[in-house]
Amino acid sequence: MSTEWPLYEVFIRGQHGLSHRHVGSLHATDAEHAIQNARDVYTRRKEGVSIWVVPAADITASSPDDKGPLYDPADDKVYRHPTFFDIPDDVGAM
Amino acid sequence: MSVIGLIRMGDNTLVLGQRLSEWCGHAPALEEDIALANTALDLIGQTQLWLDLAGQREGQGRTADTLAYTRDAWDFRNLLLVEQPNRDFAVTMTRQFLFDTWHFEALQALINHADADISAIAQKSAKEVTYHRERSTDIVIALGNGTEESHDRMQGALDRLWPYVGEMFAQDDDDLTDMSVLRDAFDVHVSQTLSESTLTKPDSDFAHQGGKTGTRHSEHLGHMLATMQVLPRNYPGATW
Repeated sequence: MSTEWPLYEVFIRGQHGLSHRHVGSLHATDAEHAIQNARDVYTRRKEGVSIWVVPAADITASSPDDKGPLYDPADDKVYRHPTFFDIPDDVGAM
Repeated sequence: MSVIGLIRMGDNTLVLGQRLSEWCGHAPALEEDIALANTALDLIGQTQLWLDLAGQREGQGRTADTLAYTRDAWDFRNLLLVEQPNRDFAVTMTRQFLFDTWHFEALQALINHADADISAIAQKSAKEVTYHRERSTDIVIALGNGTEESHDRMQGALDRLWPYVGEMFAQDDDDLTDMSVLRDAFDVHVSQTLSESTLTKPDSDFAHQGGKTGTRHSEHLGHMLATMQVLPRNYPGATW
């Protein structure tokens, strides 16, 4: 349908202190409308305290074809994981 | 404190909630479908509070369910506006906008009611209705400024429904508060919204009456109640 409303990606913050998390997408005529629709579609069961909407067209995504060059080089660099470091006991829980 | 005043509040939200739920699965977009269903559920939730309180105060053992499902059309005390059929999305949302604007002001007044139960229901409802009013206002503005067709349909809906505005503000001692004093605030919000919508407020002040007194409901209410009440009337006491 050529008159389809633009697509928005929706991010919801579940509680204060947590980050916004992508929950899905929806159609709306503009950003204000997208916020209202997100409120109705994604926060019916008290899922959130804050909503972000982003036009899906404005998101630049990495290409699945690039996954070799992007991610494979990290495979043999286990020393980047923090498990190699001894944590002093008096630091407490990290 | 008037039991009829409580029944009026509950019947308004009940009848409009039922009307909106008729859109479920039919709205023009998935997002609008869910939004209308949410609004319907808010209104049905409010109905339960108002009609349960009405039943308690009446003291004859009636509950929200018995009031909703076993009364006939002439015992209903809702405004004529809310029983008007959905027709198209323009009529549905214009009806919603006019009702939400009145409802918002009525609840603001009832928050200050001396009766603590009435004040509590009004406080809870006002939060929901603040959002209802925001949403229907935005849609009136969007469709008024939309295409030639959306503009014409919105103006047509406004012309069709305007004669049902006056009843909301008819002075009547059974109301929980003096509704006539809410007219100024209603007019301010409506005028501002309509001017942003490029829609024209109809000139005529003619007002249909007889919904909130129950004396002259439109033929639409009986049809709606037949659908709404068929199950509990055919299977009294049925449970899930």
